[in-house]
Amino acid sequence: MIPAPPLLHARCTACWIVAGIGVLVVASFSTLDLKWAAFLSADAAARMGRFLGELGSPSTDADFLRRVAMASAETLAMSALGTLLAVAGGLALALPATRSPDGRRSFARGPTRLLLNVLRSIPELAWAALLLIAAGLGPFSGTLALAFHTTGVLGRLFAEAIENTPREPADALRVQGVPGGRVFLYATLPAVLPQILSYTLYRWENNIRAAAVLGVVGAGGLGQMLAFHMGLFQMSETSTVLVAMLLLVALVDLLSYIARRVMMR
Amino acid sequence: MAGAGVAAAALRDPAWSGRVFWTLAGAALLVPMLWATEFTPWILFEPASLRSTLRFVAGFFPPHADPAFLKMVAYEAWRTVAIATCGMVLAMALAIPMTLASTAVLSISALPGRMHALPFIVRQAIRWLLIVLRSVPELIWALVFVRVVGLGPTAGVLAIALTYAGMLGKVYAEILESGETHATTTLLRNGSGRMQAFLYALLPGNAAELTSYTVYRWECAIRSSAVLGFVGAGGLGQQLITSLKMFNAAEVSTILLVFVALVWVADWASGRLRRVLG
Repeated sequence: MIPAPPLLHARCTACWIVAGIGVLVVASFSTLDLKWAAFLSADAAARMGRFLGELGSPSTDADFLRRVAMASAETLAMSALGTLLAVAGGLALALPATRSPDGRRSFARGPTRLLLNVLRSIPELAWAALLLIAAGLGPFSGTLALAFHTTGVLGRLFAEAIENTPREPADALRVQGVPGGRVFLYATLPAVLPQILSYTLYRWENNIRAAAVLGVVGAGGLGQMLAFHMGLFQMSETSTVLVAMLLLVALVDLLSYIARRVMMR
Repeated sequence: MAGAGVAAAALRDPAWSGRVFWTLAGAALLVPMLWATEFTPWILFEPASLRSTLRFVAGFFPPHADPAFLKMVAYEAWRTVAIATCGMVLAMALAIPMTLASTAVLSISALPGRMHALPFIVRQAIRWLLIVLRSVPELIWALVFVRVVGLGPTAGVLAIALTYAGMLGKVYAEILESGETHATTTLLRNGSGRMQAFLYALLPGNAAELTSYTVYRWECAIRSSAVLGFVGAGGLGQQLITSLKMFNAAEVSTILLVFVALVWVADWASGRLRRVLG
C-alpha cells in the first residue's frame, strides 16, 4: 500500500473544510427566518432613530445617579466575591483533578475533570437563571452564578498549572518524609502562585463584564436596573444605566491595560 | 536565657507583620462586599427554599425525552449554531473592510515618515468605532434589537454581528501589524496598490493566524448565541428560559444536556479545525 501523497492529502482536507464551511453558511442563512425587510424598512429605521433619540437624554437626577452608583458598586462586589469563591473552589477541585506525582492512576481525576467541564460549559447567565430558584432574585444568585462558572474555568487552569510545575522541589521534600499537605504548601503552591494570581486577575476582569449583564435575568447589579427600566420604557433612566455600564467596562479595560503595561516592564 | 531569646528572634518570620496587615485589609474589604451582594448562604438551607430546590433538582432525572420535544430541542440547537454562523459572516463582512481601512501597515503616506493628517484621523475614527462596537456586551445589543426588530433570531444575529465585528476588527488589525511587514512595505514602495500589497504580501503571511482566530471566535459566538435567547433572540436559550419559568425540571435538564453537548462539540470542532489549519 502506498500512502496518499501528503500534499494532495492536505489539499483535499482544505477543500473539504472550505466546502463544509460553505454548506454551513448557506444552510444557516436559509433556515433562519431573518427579517431583513423588517430591519431595513423605513418603519424600523424610524423606530431605531426614536429609540436612539430617547437614549440621547440620560437622566441626571441626583437620587437616581446615587442608585446607579450603588448598583455599580454592587456589580463590582458581585464580581470580586464571585471570583474569590471561585479561587477557593477552583483550588479545592484542582488538587483532585491533577495527576498524582508518582504517576499512579488517581481515581478522582476523571470525575473531577468532568465536574469542572460541566461547571465551565454552562455560562454564567444560565447558572444565574437556574440559581434564581434556590437563591431568589438579587445579587446573591449572581455572585453564586459567577462563582460556579469561574470555578470550572479556574479549576482546569489551576490543575494544568500544577501539573506543569517542575516536580523537583516537591520530590526533595517528599523524600525527607514531609507529608503531602505540607509538600503542597511549601513546594508546589509557591511555584504556581504567580500563575494562579494572573489567571485570577484575568477572570476577575471577565467577571466584571459578565456581572454587568447578569442582572438581565434578575440576578442583581447594573443589568437588573437596565432590564427593569427598559421594561418600563423609561428611556432616560435606561440611558443612564447604559452609560454607567459602558463606563465600568471601559474603566476595567483601562485598568487592565495599565496593569499589563506595568507588569510587562 | 539570652540564647533562647536570640533563637526566638531568629525564628521570627520577617514577613509576619505584612501578612497580618494584608489579611486584616482583605477582611475589612470583604465585609462591605458581603453586605452589597446580600451574601446570605443560609437562605439556601432554609426548609422552604431547600424543599423547592430539592424538588426541582430531583425533577432533572430522568430528562424529558419525548420525541416531539427532542426534535424541537434539536431544531433549536441548530438555530443556535445558525445564529452564530450568520452573525460571524456579517461580523466578518463589517470587520474586513474596517481592518483594511484602519491598518497602518497599508498606509502609503506613512512610508517615508509620518502618516498624513487625514488618513490618520480616518484610521483613529475607525478604531474608536470598533471600540464602541465591542464594548457594548452582545446581550445589550440583543435587548436593543429585540425592541427594534421584534423577538426572534434576527436580533441575535445582529447582536453577534456588531459585537464580533468590533472584536474581529481590532484583533485582525493587531495580527496584521504585529507580523513581518517587510514584504508589504517593499511592494508599496515599488508602486503596487494597497489591495495588491495586502493580497500578495500581508495576507499570505498572516492567513493561518487570522483563520485560527476567526474559528476561535466562531466557537465563542456559539456559546454567546446560546445565551442570547434569554432576552428573546431565539435559539436554545429562549427554550431554556421558557422551561425554567414553567418550573419544568425535566425539560430544563434535557436542554442543559444538549447545551453542554453543543458547547463541547463546538470546542472540539474548533480545536480540530485550528490544528488542521495551523
